[in-house]
Amino acid sequence: MESALFYILSAVTVTGTAFAITEKHAVHAIVYLVTSFFALAVIFFLLGAPVVAIFEVIIYAGAIMVLFLFVIMMLDLGHPERARLPGIREWWPALALGTVTLASALALVVSRAPAISAPGKAIGVKEFALALFGKYGVAVEVISMQLLFALVGALYLARKR
Amino acid sequence: MGYEILGLPMAYYIAMVLKVLVVFVFVLLTVAYSTYAERKIIGHMQVRLGPMRTGWHGLLQPIADGVKLFFKEEIIPSKADKFAFLIAPLIALVPAFIGFAVIPFGETIEVGGYKIPLQIAAYYDTASGQVVDLNVGVLYILALASIGVYGIVLAGWSSNSKYSLLGGLRSSAQMISYELAAGLAIISVFMLSESLSLQKIVADQANGAWYAFKQPLAFILFFICSIAEINRTPFDLPEAETELVSGFCTEYSSMKYAMFFMAEYANMVTVCAVTTTLFLGGWHGPGFLPGWFWFVAKVYFLIFTCMWIRATYPRYRYDQLMRLGWKVFLPLTLINIVVTGIIVSL
Repeated sequence: MESALFYILSAVTVTGTAFAITEKHAVHAIVYLVTSFFALAVIFFLLGAPVVAIFEVIIYAGAIMVLFLFVIMMLDLGHPERARLPGIREWWPALALGTVTLASALALVVSRAPAISAPGKAIGVKEFALALFGKYGVAVEVISMQLLFALVGALYLARKR
Repeated sequence: MGYEILGLPMAYYIAMVLKVLVVFVFVLLTVAYSTYAERKIIGHMQVRLGPMRTGWHGLLQPIADGVKLFFKEEIIPSKADKFAFLIAPLIALVPAFIGFAVIPFGETIEVGGYKIPLQIAAYYDTASGQVVDLNVGVLYILALASIGVYGIVLAGWSSNSKYSLLGGLRSSAQMISYELAAGLAIISVFMLSESLSLQKIVADQANGAWYAFKQPLAFILFFICSIAEINRTPFDLPEAETELVSGFCTEYSSMKYAMFFMAEYANMVTVCAVTTTLFLGGWHGPGFLPGWFWFVAKVYFLIFTCMWIRATYPRYRYDQLMRLGWKVFLPLTLINIVVTGIIVSL
């Protein structure tokens, strides 16, 4: 049952992401991406991580993507016919990131690492929070500092001259 | 009864399907008749009669309205974005209904030797003798609320009309701001219950006092923020008739309009059910009547309160609304969390 669900969900995730990349219309691409986030969240749930699954929906699908949609609507970017192909300078960061991702996926396949099986019982909120703020506390703080920098930077850029 | 599918007894599946059917039909009927109740209640509060002609005291009015909307002409504006225009009503409607999956609406009942908890996403674990439900139930409801925003934003954008776009922008800003305050208001409940499972939260309130008494500020803030989040009066800026025609659903007609209408009322029912579960003791009540009766009674009382508010207060101005959300409600919820934290740790 779980493996059947997993294959259906991964098919939805991969198809949704593929459509999100190839779709020229920014708003449609967001709808596809949200669909794939949703399927990904259910995969997390199957892996015994309900907290991560719900946060995937609340934060990625619910908050960040709505913000994207908001910006696209405000700046009137929903016109695929006006878009131009990115120049060679804009291509290479995407290419570098793509190469890293593909190479790590390839390394994973070649190394034949055993698949991680889901834990017997779902991880509750308490265990999740203890791990996040205890064991990985420093990492959380570093990331929050990074977000603070971004916030200050945005305030600086948007200030009234 | 001896059959098993995927390691679970047949009765488990039958009970699940039955629970879904009963809850879905009940919620649909409540949604249909809350439109009637709203017109009647507001009518009487304004010394009018409300609908009187269709059936006895207008009782068949929701059915007549439904049939009317069903047979209306379906208009899609020629410059609209078809893809987004068609899926927006569905995205608005579905999350409004599936939120009920995690809400416990009654005690565990016993049918033919099987114990069935009256909550859709739950089962009775015979090994431990406990009801197991989704351990992040409250977050599930918050997640669905954040998905519901898409329906309104996409509807506003895809209609290709100024009024719709303004309505969509307003409502997305409003929903995102008030979602935050509503989410923070619930945190003080978690601090008392030490669990996100709705089953556990209800059980906790049965042992002690209702959280509405232990957390009165959180209760009031959550209810007001929820009313703002589902765009009801006095916070119905996205569809302010006087300035925006009817906001994001200006260009919608026929069944698609009906879907938005249903989503709005279904959201109201969901919000009242969640408030009942979190703050008013869920399905617990004096034992001479079954649990589901108390649950329905409390939910209906809250729905009545929503309508009462609508008949009483004028609409807020948009800047007032945003100031209220960010500068009053958000700090109040944070103070409430700090105070609760100090009291709990003492």
